Amino acid sequence: MYNFSYQKVTSVDDAVEAMQKADDGKFVAGGQTMLPTMKHRLASPSDVIDLGGIEDLKGICMDGDAISIGAMTTHAEVAASSDVQSAIPALAKLAGNIGDPAVRNRGTIGGSIANNDPAADYPAAVIALGATVKTNKREIAGDEFFTGMFETALEEDELITSISFPKTEAAAYMKFENPASRYAIVGVFVAKSGDEVKVVVTGATACEHRGMRL
Amino acid sequence: MAENGIGANVRRKEDHRFLTGKGNYTDDLNVAGQTHAYFVRSPHAHATINSVDTSAAAAAEGVVAVLTGDDLAADGIGPLICGVNVTSDDGEPHRAPVHSALAQGKVNYVGDHVAVVIAETLAQAKDAAEKVEVDYGILPAVTATASAADEGQQQIHDVAPNNICYNWPFGDKEAVDAAFESAHKISSLDLINNRMVTNAMEPRAAVGEYNSGTEEITLHLTTQNPHVHRLVMSAFNQLAPEHKLRVVGPDVGGGFGVKIFVYAEELVVGWACRKVNRPVKWTSDRTEAFLADAHGRDHVAHAEMALDENGKFLAMRVNTTANLGAYLSTFATMVPSYLYAFLLAGQYSTPLIYSEVKAVFTNTAPVDACRGAGRPEATFLLERLVDVCAEDMGLDPAEIRRRNFIPVDAFPYQTPVVQCYDSGDYNAALDKALALADYDGFAGRAEEAKSRGKRRGIGLSSYVEACGIAPSQAVGQLGAGVGLWESAQVRFNPTGNVQVFTGTHSHGQGHETTFAQLVTEQLGVPIENIEVIHGDTAKTQFGMGTYGSRSLAVGGVAIAKACEKLIEKGKKIAAHALEAAEGDIEFADGNFIVAGTDKAMNIAEVAFNAYVPHSYPEGLEPGFDENAFFDPMNFSFPAGTHICEVEVDPDTGEVEIVKYSAVDDFGKLINPMIVEGQVHGGIVHGVGQALLEGCQYDTDGQLVTASYMDYAMPRADNVPSFDVDYAPTNPPHNPLGVKGCGEAGAIGAPPAVINAITNALGIKHIDMPATPENVWRAAQSAG
Repeated sequence: MYNFSYQKVTSVDDAVEAMQKADDGKFVAGGQTMLPTMKHRLASPSDVIDLGGIEDLKGICMDGDAISIGAMTTHAEVAASSDVQSAIPALAKLAGNIGDPAVRNRGTIGGSIANNDPAADYPAAVIALGATVKTNKREIAGDEFFTGMFETALEEDELITSISFPKTEAAAYMKFENPASRYAIVGVFVAKSGDEVKVVVTGATACEHRGMRL
Repeated sequence: MAENGIGANVRRKEDHRFLTGKGNYTDDLNVAGQTHAYFVRSPHAHATINSVDTSAAAAAEGVVAVLTGDDLAADGIGPLICGVNVTSDDGEPHRAPVHSALAQGKVNYVGDHVAVVIAETLAQAKDAAEKVEVDYGILPAVTATASAADEGQQQIHDVAPNNICYNWPFGDKEAVDAAFESAHKISSLDLINNRMVTNAMEPRAAVGEYNSGTEEITLHLTTQNPHVHRLVMSAFNQLAPEHKLRVVGPDVGGGFGVKIFVYAEELVVGWACRKVNRPVKWTSDRTEAFLADAHGRDHVAHAEMALDENGKFLAMRVNTTANLGAYLSTFATMVPSYLYAFLLAGQYSTPLIYSEVKAVFTNTAPVDACRGAGRPEATFLLERLVDVCAEDMGLDPAEIRRRNFIPVDAFPYQTPVVQCYDSGDYNAALDKALALADYDGFAGRAEEAKSRGKRRGIGLSSYVEACGIAPSQAVGQLGAGVGLWESAQVRFNPTGNVQVFTGTHSHGQGHETTFAQLVTEQLGVPIENIEVIHGDTAKTQFGMGTYGSRSLAVGGVAIAKACEKLIEKGKKIAAHALEAAEGDIEFADGNFIVAGTDKAMNIAEVAFNAYVPHSYPEGLEPGFDENAFFDPMNFSFPAGTHICEVEVDPDTGEVEIVKYSAVDDFGKLINPMIVEGQVHGGIVHGVGQALLEGCQYDTDGQLVTASYMDYAMPRADNVPSFDVDYAPTNPPHNPLGVKGCGEAGAIGAPPAVINAITNALGIKHIDMPATPENVWRAAQSAG
């Protein structure tokens, strides 16, 4: 790991300001991808801005017909949430099968989506469920958020505040795990809403595929 | 039986410290004034080194020294050695390229050692290592085993034309060829034994300290054999004279063979601590472990069996290419030769065997012993071939094995491949395993699985291995540079407790318990009063260490012999004290008794008398402390039958092991609980090789599987609960009647698993690891 400056901020505004001041800054959420990458000296941000102190980014709440999950909500919290379990059980199940308990207790939904690992689980759900990614600047449709391998529509100083998942009639997620990393070699999220069924595949190629509308 | 003696499931004495975080591993050691070493490693598989510029690194913050191969040579530190000679078919010794601990002019694999940076902190050493400028002249890499010796291949070492280390034929080729000519049927098979990264839980580490007052180097290492490290580093690397070099293997977190060898990093740390006159610490990170620990297996083979009309084996012919990597690791040459070809008879009375082994160099990490070492490769080849024979002959796999087993009354049995098996009852183990696995009920289970869309298969593996390594004369004749006896010292303290010094080394096997059980059984001293001490050349007498499931079968016998000497001496002391004739003294349960009387003296009192000899037999030396050496008359030959049952999902290629039964002959068990743990661990190791683990280099020689993200280790959810039982026989040459159990699972499991998959899919063969992709493809082509 190379040297870097570390700061823990308590508000979204402070986070953005810190990022704007940094030479080559990085937000860190749960750090489950970023810290191993830094330990291997594959990433060397000048500043690491820890979002862990921003209370506004945490928590799950029902918002009309949608469920809103704060960006800094851990996978374990999503998996254990009775709101998520009753509104979109497939999403709770997905969260409960990410990585291992240590990863689930640190890793966050915002971090996972912002990182857009082609083998990550959440992006398939975001697209298939027609979720909206809310940032400090705007709202981005799930369909338009993921732009390429480890690439998203986020700008440099833009950070995810929450993800809003509309309730769905029925959904399911299944993945075939890499036996070593247990990341999805391929994962498929299927969601039915009205007379539309969306199938989104994660893994398999460099970026989530728009999937099919059946 | 003494309480806690032979046969008791004593909880492991060492586990309290391991489970409460009180273990003392090499990396736990921090010494005042310590510096940190970090190695500059080659990013290229094959390249000349045109220049190394260390000036910027040397000037970096916190750097104490930057050392290269030139510095090593200037100080007269010798190259790393291979300790076993194998004579090639041209009558010449195997080809051994010079293996400098820091490269001199050329690198030969990714991870090869170019320079070492010594700095005040590890971070500073890493930062400075990035400033070492190396000008490489990149050469094409040779990575594939099968084609390494092909015409026109890139040459790696000048001393090894065609990249061949040795061609080693063994057996009567003419007689074997003649048997094939007249055979009723010939079954044949091409197979690969996949390359493995051994992956001990604790990565390798070294801490070197030099005392300029005594001119002594103390080297703490992750070693399975401290005295062997000291011997090699003194006699061949000229690091320091033996009496000025102390090697300590403290708690070591798993070995599996990978910590037998003398590595570049260890030698460099030992040398550097004297050169910079500061303690030097190096701990491998996991990536370095993948790159530079010795790897295991990596064979490509063609095997043929000649059969008569009854399915009896008439002759076997095997052609093997074995990848030894870029350089010869310490025992590399013997693994695909003596430890492999000499086990090709397996449990069968095949009268004629001919084997050719071509050992090749490639631009990959050195390959050496990994749990089983040669014997898993032999067993996988033979037990797969036997299943192909069964299919070709229309015989049940159990039946063809039975027809060819060495009969129980034929022991000791001289095989056609050097080894003379000590004892065995192969039918007994097979019968017990078949019953344990409910072999007869398999058809019903397969039918039921079919109704769920699954294909169920059952596979047998009847293995034999050679343990208790090894009779010194025998290995000497084969070309080993050492004897393989073992030593022990059993010392009573004046207050009656006992310290047992063994030349073996425990790195997870539970010796501190098993050996204490031997002593409590023999001397009647309560087990809590017995301490087993190992792993420090300054504490224990010379010993050969732990590998080849030898610690109990060889080292345990040395302990028993030392105990016998104590009893003999104790009789003299007790006779004097009890005013009886020495011949009238009997020893039982810790007491010396005058036969036929109630006059007795506990061994603790005897020990006290020996240290406070105020009234003592005339002429007898004081002290109660005996040592013994034991050189075995033969190897020991554990054997058994393992049966694996799998369910294959033909849609995904996923294999689930639904049942695994193992029946082993380890001779007498000292601690059945520890033995069962060894069996479990060995099976999981073997399942890992069969289903998950596969070390892959790309054609440029980059290690593709260099982390746990890409290299799949077996986990608890990859295996079922095991059904384990025993079918012991008594090895006549071993005074304790023990055989060894550490490697059996890793040897028996791979063919059992693969035989189950081929059975499920109705296919001839599938290579390891049988990943879902490979299995799915096989299932598709099998229809």
